[in-house]
Amino acid sequence: MSAVLFFIAGFGAIAGAVGVVMLRDPFYAVLALVGHLLALAVLFLLLRAEFVAAVQVVVYAGAVMVLYVFVVAYVGGREEPVGDLLRGRGPAGAQLRLGAAILGGALLVELLIALLGTGLKAVGGEGAPYAPGPHAYGTPAYIGELLLTKFLIVFEVASFLLTVAAVGAVVLARRRIGLEEDEEERERLTPLDLLRPRESGTMAEGVGGVSYEAALARAQSAAESMPDGRPSDPGRASSGEPVGAGAGAGSASEGDGW
Amino acid sequence: MAIGWYLAVSAIVFALGAAGVMVRRNPLVVLLCLELMLNGANLALIAFARMWGNGDGQILAIVVMTVAACEVCIGLGMIVAIHRRRLPVDVDELRELQG
Repeated sequence: MSAVLFFIAGFGAIAGAVGVVMLRDPFYAVLALVGHLLALAVLFLLLRAEFVAAVQVVVYAGAVMVLYVFVVAYVGGREEPVGDLLRGRGPAGAQLRLGAAILGGALLVELLIALLGTGLKAVGGEGAPYAPGPHAYGTPAYIGELLLTKFLIVFEVASFLLTVAAVGAVVLARRRIGLEEDEEERERLTPLDLLRPRESGTMAEGVGGVSYEAALARAQSAAESMPDGRPSDPGRASSGEPVGAGAGAGSASEGDGW
Repeated sequence: MAIGWYLAVSAIVFALGAAGVMVRRNPLVVLLCLELMLNGANLALIAFARMWGNGDGQILAIVVMTVAACEVCIGLGMIVAIHRRRLPVDVDELRELQG
């Protein structure tokens, strides 16, 4: 029974991995990765890692993949042409990508030799003896006890790392003033925004942090730059960046340190 | 099933992920292939933990998942920032670190 389950899950995991590498639409690649993660969770269950399998399904296949789907939907990943994947652009690209495939194969052979050709006799065995119970190997109680006693520092360092990553992501992906204020975004502010009482708790205020004064200033700058369409901005024009018509008059700060 | 079979699956997944990182051009898919490599390592960790009947490998696997979540967080933030600046979302064209 466990052998059948292993071969189904193992085949699913490898098929998912092949799908991630080969599918050309990033959205389908994300879906293939979800399938791969679910198959891997079954393998974890077979290895008696119940808690890790549950974390894999809930956190990884659930939350992290939703993040991926959001970004794929936002960026709208470009589809790579079918034959372009291994051919690349130009002869140098072809050689590089062929070399990458050969390197991957060599890595696989090396890993198989390293993992299976070891002198460890236990590699061929079924693993350590296992007795079921409420505090048995792999249960949440077992993992929790380990995390909060033997690996407490690791636990705290991991939580600190998560905090740093969350702050870093907010800093990286935040909206920079004056960088992307194109016509499309300007049109989102209607004259009704000026008539509405301030702090009225609308969606625009919550998301964009639009206050009454900011709405007024943006509407004025939009009205001023309407005739020529692009206000003169020597600093930005010389840098040659494809900034939109934006750099909205008073609010164009130079603080986009990227 | 013998532990060796799990190790073989983990090696195949890791090698596929490594080849994907080198072959693909979309940074989103490169991140996905990085996830594949981390998952291959996780499977090996948990197989070895089962081999010795010791929970340390499972703790390390959970830590690897945490690090993977952080990596996704930062990587996707960078991709969104690249997209916002209207730069090409393509690792072949993003080869200069100019601001």
